[in-house]
Amino acid sequence: MALKGLDIFKLSPKKNCKECGCPTCMAFSMKVASGAMELSKCPYFSEDALASLSEATAPPMKTIKVGTGDAEMSLGGETVLFRHEKTFVSKTRYAVAVCDCMDDAAIEERLSGAAKVDYERIGERMYAEMIYVNHGEEAKTDYVELVKKAAAVEGRVLILGVKDAELAKAALAVCKDSKPILNGADASNYEAMNAVATEAGVVLGVSGKDANEIYDTVAALEKLGNKNLVIDCGTSSVKEAYAIAVQFRRAAIKDGDRTCGYPTIVNAAVLAHGDKHMQAALASLFTMKYGSIVVVEQMDYATALPLYGLRQNIFTDPQKPMKVEPGIYPINGGDENSICLTTVDFALTYFVVSGELERSGVPCNLIINDAGGLSVLTSWAAGKFSSSSIAKFFEEQDIAGKIKNRKLVLPGKVAVLKGDLEAKMPGWEIIVGPKEAVQLVKFLKDMQG
Amino acid sequence: MPFNAKSGKFSASINTVEIGCGDKKITIGGENVLPFYTFDAPVENAPKVGVEITDFGLENEPECIKKYYEGCETVVDMAKKAASFEGVDFLSFRMEGGDPNGANKSTDELIAMLKEIAAAVDIPLVVCGCKHVEKDAELLAKAAEAVEGKNAVILAAREENYKNVGAAAGLAYKQLVGAESSVDINLAKQLNVLLTQLGVDGKSILMNVGSASAGYGFEYVVSTMDRVKAAALSQGDTTLQMPIITPVASETWGVKEAVASEADMPEWGNQEERGIDMEVETAAAVLAAGSNAVILKHPESIKTISKMIKELM
Repeated sequence: MALKGLDIFKLSPKKNCKECGCPTCMAFSMKVASGAMELSKCPYFSEDALASLSEATAPPMKTIKVGTGDAEMSLGGETVLFRHEKTFVSKTRYAVAVCDCMDDAAIEERLSGAAKVDYERIGERMYAEMIYVNHGEEAKTDYVELVKKAAAVEGRVLILGVKDAELAKAALAVCKDSKPILNGADASNYEAMNAVATEAGVVLGVSGKDANEIYDTVAALEKLGNKNLVIDCGTSSVKEAYAIAVQFRRAAIKDGDRTCGYPTIVNAAVLAHGDKHMQAALASLFTMKYGSIVVVEQMDYATALPLYGLRQNIFTDPQKPMKVEPGIYPINGGDENSICLTTVDFALTYFVVSGELERSGVPCNLIINDAGGLSVLTSWAAGKFSSSSIAKFFEEQDIAGKIKNRKLVLPGKVAVLKGDLEAKMPGWEIIVGPKEAVQLVKFLKDMQG
Repeated sequence: MPFNAKSGKFSASINTVEIGCGDKKITIGGENVLPFYTFDAPVENAPKVGVEITDFGLENEPECIKKYYEGCETVVDMAKKAASFEGVDFLSFRMEGGDPNGANKSTDELIAMLKEIAAAVDIPLVVCGCKHVEKDAELLAKAAEAVEGKNAVILAAREENYKNVGAAAGLAYKQLVGAESSVDINLAKQLNVLLTQLGVDGKSILMNVGSASAGYGFEYVVSTMDRVKAAALSQGDTTLQMPIITPVASETWGVKEAVASEADMPEWGNQEERGIDMEVETAAAVLAAGSNAVILKHPESIKTISKMIKELM
């Protein structure tokens, strides 16, 4: 809820003392309203005024921090409903699930599998960041021992799915320092769970039989002074979970209802129990629409590759282009004797071009220039993809020393660079390639033939 | 105090479009809320799922697809089989082989095949071209004639060939015109305007606003669809109220995550599983962004997505 400068001015000391660096209190108020200055720069606001102003200027959705050290991560804190309006700030996190109702072998398999997917994609580490440790109705193994085992998987944030306050306390005793989430408050036990969570200093998850019950429980917890919460979207049906995820996010951001402004947990492992493909579908659905944490039974490469790619796409800042690391990318077993092709470091360009090159089956070297993460024509127009920049890049990277082949294919859209490049890079045969990546397969095959 | 959810119902709605004819015809669109927001207002027509086959039959298909078509000798056999898969609402026939840069099959050969398929199946048809604008101008115009009376979707008219395709499909043979643009709301709008100026009824247009596999610039697809739906519903822009149909299979079964063999990428594991999940996750995401119909390929993906849609409705 944006506050107007005049609203702030009304509560200001109106002394015009200039201690904040502004000529008048009015000027200061306007700057605070526009976000250019912090309210705390003025030492003379009364406490009442500060309280009412910080309430009004607080973000609609809380940022909740979980985990510690390298594993610390933020959830929530979103300010828009659609990425094109500004940007999404906290990406969806994924958890794999274990339960004390599983037998030891199955638990072992899940936990060792949790660490199996771990790779890098365009500068981002992709792995299941969390482990959901559930306490089932028919426990086969000791819950606290299971929590210990899960906590032993390095660098993961735990989510404790337990509604029994005593058991929760015992489990937190062994893992609270790593700042897990205690997902166990509902209408019947929230006072006891609140005490356990606050004492251990961890985030508390709230569930309920429907949206109203969750809302009331959150409101009751807020009254007890706990605003370190996440909302469990429930496990009764996919439809209900989707309704809660969407309605709570919308109420927080569009209607400014702060009781709804908490991150969400969606438990796809329960919603689609035993159906791996459905869990993949739900993970994708809730990455799109407002799941802060999605729990799946297990994370393998099949589920992970599209999912993490999707997440990386959705949570990019629309104002910042996605870049790949400049350098030589051998494709189809390309070596020092294979033909070279060059283009820019805009991630989309890289993916489209490398995909087509792979499809061609022709061994080659894709040389990615540092062009500020812009597309071919944009970077060319901005002077970041020119004959000099290409020649300089080739020299810096010592490409001629690394590759013996002297054929270099240039994107068709910058065919004008051919002459200059021939002059600046003697010894290289500069070939103008096709304008569109889809034509590369035919182009390379024709060239070979 | 209970949760006071405000309804996000709009006064404008997406056009309702019927595809196909007879008992098996399907209806898409008509909603006045964002995708699957059934809590705002009832969504009458669930998004639909189609199965894709091509004129190459099983020739270019991965092993994991071939096994579902065991015993099929011709493309027509495949069409019949595909129509019987669980969760299939319509059949999409892609005349890939027409591409002059590829197999360059003749228009007559492809149209003959299309006619056989149209005669063999009774579910609604989507006829896709070869993506070569000049060839499609001829091929799709003939296709519109070949399936006259079937109320099929001709996918797609593009900016370069909308006059030929639009006139044949939309005016002469009263089919549904698929309008294809590449991930940009303005291009999508412009093509709809051009088609309606040509005389095509706006209510018989479906849009393919472009697609990508998850991870491959998919943010553009999401933002384009988000903005198209916002313009159609909250601003009541009648030139963007056409339902969206998104071919997913033709994108996802080309990326390395889906097609790299297990021998090449041992740590990635089973190739069929990767192919299915890439298709399923991309489809779930385009549906969440606003597609009213998706075209898939693997029977397991079709079953899963059709089940997800049912659970959300």
